[in-house]
Amino acid sequence: MKLDAGIPGGPLQDKWDRHRFEMKLVNPANKRKYHVLVVGSGLAGASAAATLSELGYQVSNFCFQDSPRRAHSIAAQGGINAAKNYQNDGDSIRRLFYDTIKGGDFRAREANVFRLAQVSVQIIDQCVAQGVPFAREYGGLLANRSFGGAQVSRTFYARGQTGQQLLLGAYQALEKEVSRGGVRMYPRTEMLDLIVVDGHARGIVVRDLVTGTVSTHLGHAVVLATGGYGNVFYLSTNAKGSNATAIWRAHRKGAAFANPCFTQIHPTCIPQSGHYQSKLTLMSESLRNDGRVWVPKVANDRRAPGSIPEAERDYYLERKYPSFGNLSPRDIASRAAKEVCDEGRGVGPGGLGVYLDFADAIRRVGEDRIRERYGNLFEMYERITAENPYATPMRIYPAVHYTMGGLWVDYNLMSTIPGLHVVGEANFSDHGANRLGASALMQGLADGYFVLPATIGHYLATAQLPAIGEDHPEVAFAREGVADRLQRLLNVRGKRTVQSFHRELGALMWNDCGMARTADGLRRALTRIPELRQEFWKNVTVPGSGNELNQSLEHAGRVADFLELAELMCLDALHREESCGGHFRSEHQTPDGEARRDDTNFAYVAAWEHTGSNTPPVLHREPLVFETVQLATRSYK
Amino acid sequence: MSESTMRVTLKVWRQAGPGQAGRFATYTASDVSPDMSFLEMLDVVNEGLTERGESPIAFDHDCREGICGACGMMINGVAHGPMQATTTCQLHMRSFRDGDTITLEPWRAQAFPVIRDLCVDRGALDRIVQAGGFVSVNTGSARDGNAIPIAKTAADAAMDAAACIGCGACVAACPNGSASLFTGAKIAHLGELPQGQPERGRRALSMVTQMDLEHFGGCTLFGECQVACPKAISIDVIARMNRDYWMATLFEREGVATGGDA
Repeated sequence: MKLDAGIPGGPLQDKWDRHRFEMKLVNPANKRKYHVLVVGSGLAGASAAATLSELGYQVSNFCFQDSPRRAHSIAAQGGINAAKNYQNDGDSIRRLFYDTIKGGDFRAREANVFRLAQVSVQIIDQCVAQGVPFAREYGGLLANRSFGGAQVSRTFYARGQTGQQLLLGAYQALEKEVSRGGVRMYPRTEMLDLIVVDGHARGIVVRDLVTGTVSTHLGHAVVLATGGYGNVFYLSTNAKGSNATAIWRAHRKGAAFANPCFTQIHPTCIPQSGHYQSKLTLMSESLRNDGRVWVPKVANDRRAPGSIPEAERDYYLERKYPSFGNLSPRDIASRAAKEVCDEGRGVGPGGLGVYLDFADAIRRVGEDRIRERYGNLFEMYERITAENPYATPMRIYPAVHYTMGGLWVDYNLMSTIPGLHVVGEANFSDHGANRLGASALMQGLADGYFVLPATIGHYLATAQLPAIGEDHPEVAFAREGVADRLQRLLNVRGKRTVQSFHRELGALMWNDCGMARTADGLRRALTRIPELRQEFWKNVTVPGSGNELNQSLEHAGRVADFLELAELMCLDALHREESCGGHFRSEHQTPDGEARRDDTNFAYVAAWEHTGSNTPPVLHREPLVFETVQLATRSYK
Repeated sequence: MSESTMRVTLKVWRQAGPGQAGRFATYTASDVSPDMSFLEMLDVVNEGLTERGESPIAFDHDCREGICGACGMMINGVAHGPMQATTTCQLHMRSFRDGDTITLEPWRAQAFPVIRDLCVDRGALDRIVQAGGFVSVNTGSARDGNAIPIAKTAADAAMDAAACIGCGACVAACPNGSASLFTGAKIAHLGELPQGQPERGRRALSMVTQMDLEHFGGCTLFGECQVACPKAISIDVIARMNRDYWMATLFEREGVATGGDA
């Protein structure tokens, strides 16, 4: 396997422009001859499908939900970054680029990130034109707020529902193209394998989730926009259906998986309330604009928050990171929360929580202003916990939120399988070892609206893609493989539910491959995961049949894939003998507990190649070359 | 945080597939914590059913934080259950009492055929959007975001309507099975904004026409929809839809567009 990122030459700021000129184009009349299969309908998938159709390509779009509007991008709350500098506070494309590279702890590609920052300004314009109701100032201009890891105010938002409004914009563009006949939509349809013919991605195998029918779809290129794999931890802020199956199946067919251990633990989530917990709910990072994070100064202080005097509180983020304070990046804020809880200073049941306190902000600007800014989030908090956050501080705790790792892609967003493109959270490309807040929406839409529609044309114009039919041996082989695997899941007829396996895997991953990782813990996990996987295939029970709507069967297939992916994550975490971003190896820290990066040995992308079910994966290294940015110790002090 | 647990009896609509006969089945959920979400309570019931080799209750859900719009069922005859402005996934068991009997049915509407148990087909809502619930602007042709000043009040009103999550509770709650709150919300969202003006008349004509084609009932302003709406969208949007629709029938020159296959 050869990793060639294909970064264009020339100065950083000219690369994308130059590349767009150098790429081959598909003539407008020829575009309709190409059929592109887009899997996933979130920000990246819906925007890509709509834009490709607008350009004239034939597009098929698949999602497992009952409507494309339900993709999990919808749940993003806080906002989307763009280097507009509308606030005149010193922002620029270069600053957004630098903040993102630094925020990612210098483990992302310069050229990709610079392009992301360049494209960010167009995204806002596009979304406004679609009618996305961004927050406005009284003068009618767009409002901004601040997010973690930045000292400028560059985040655009629509109350606490920015992801929803951006997704509905993309969804409406998609439905516009469906009604025009450019996109054929397949809801309640799950991709279960990739079809590779003569080394090129040419189709997918899908299951109709209502009838159970397994069928194949063929085309000239495949785009995976299937999101991240945070649900490997069972409890995460992801939607229950979010899964890794599409990217994992593609990985098994030859797509390298990059930096699988880079996962983001979000510092502000509602703590777990019981063993029956099915998911964790995020409280937007934007709350840290006005909320102050604290715990009692002494351990085991059981007093109610209101009875703890100011002098006995530790506003630990403000204390440790005075220049960024409560807006320190996510990885740093999460680890700091874990640290104080490990010291016994955590609050709430089990001591797994810290306070996020709005009392000062309410005193400063009044309850009405706070309600206007975060009203829906406060309501959601109260609905879940039955506590009123206007009166008593919120309790929050870190939870798995996002995965920076994903399928390896080159500058054109193409994986190591020619024709297989990967966009949004499903790829690895822009966030390094830690993603900054409000950058996921930016990346999803940059990939879908602006990058992929340009680069895929170059692939289609240059690749040799002979016509293939349903009777091609590779097509039939892939379809039968999927049908066999579904039958095997149904045939185990064991005693343990899919849910119980998923829970056990999740707990194991959280303990040994979560916020702090050690070689011992990772080795323990690497012994336990294969055992659990073996037990799964011997003892899982999946009721019902394959010819009907069967949610247990859907879940079983996804958990079977998580059981394989989990092992690769641990392997990657064990091999990366450094701490960077969301990957914190306890062995590699400074005396004051900060992450210690090792640029001499680990300034590379770890891309893993699948070699077979019973043989270990092979590591390939893509060196990260920094031409513009000086590698520095990341400091938010 | 409450320590005590409760026991509830569930009467659940079970239906194996579209067009098949359904029936109510009775289950008991014990050891229910008041801090559980309603869907977590159903998860526990389903775990039990699976362990006994029975088929678990099928229900749609995804984000479980009240925004994706996937979940929704009639709980004791009320769409999304007893708590106002709350989706089923955000409803917690503390809204019920120990010993309660809870009846669960799928959304009931002609335009939402049952797929299985509590899952229904809401594709009709997508087709209403296809008919005109968008601004026709292709990627790449936009001018600077701040070149279109929008009064804060207009942006806020557009956002109020745009908060719709497309769950279908309004349809299920309506005695006529009308989708007017859903359709009106989109017409109001885009109609409030300058970007939505060029297609405003055509949008109203097309979306209302599609709504009729999908066999949603007519609106007689009962107002049940706004009570059921988990995002508390007001029936003002229906007034707006009606105004845009009638103005368009008088002045719109072009024919209507429709969504995909009804």
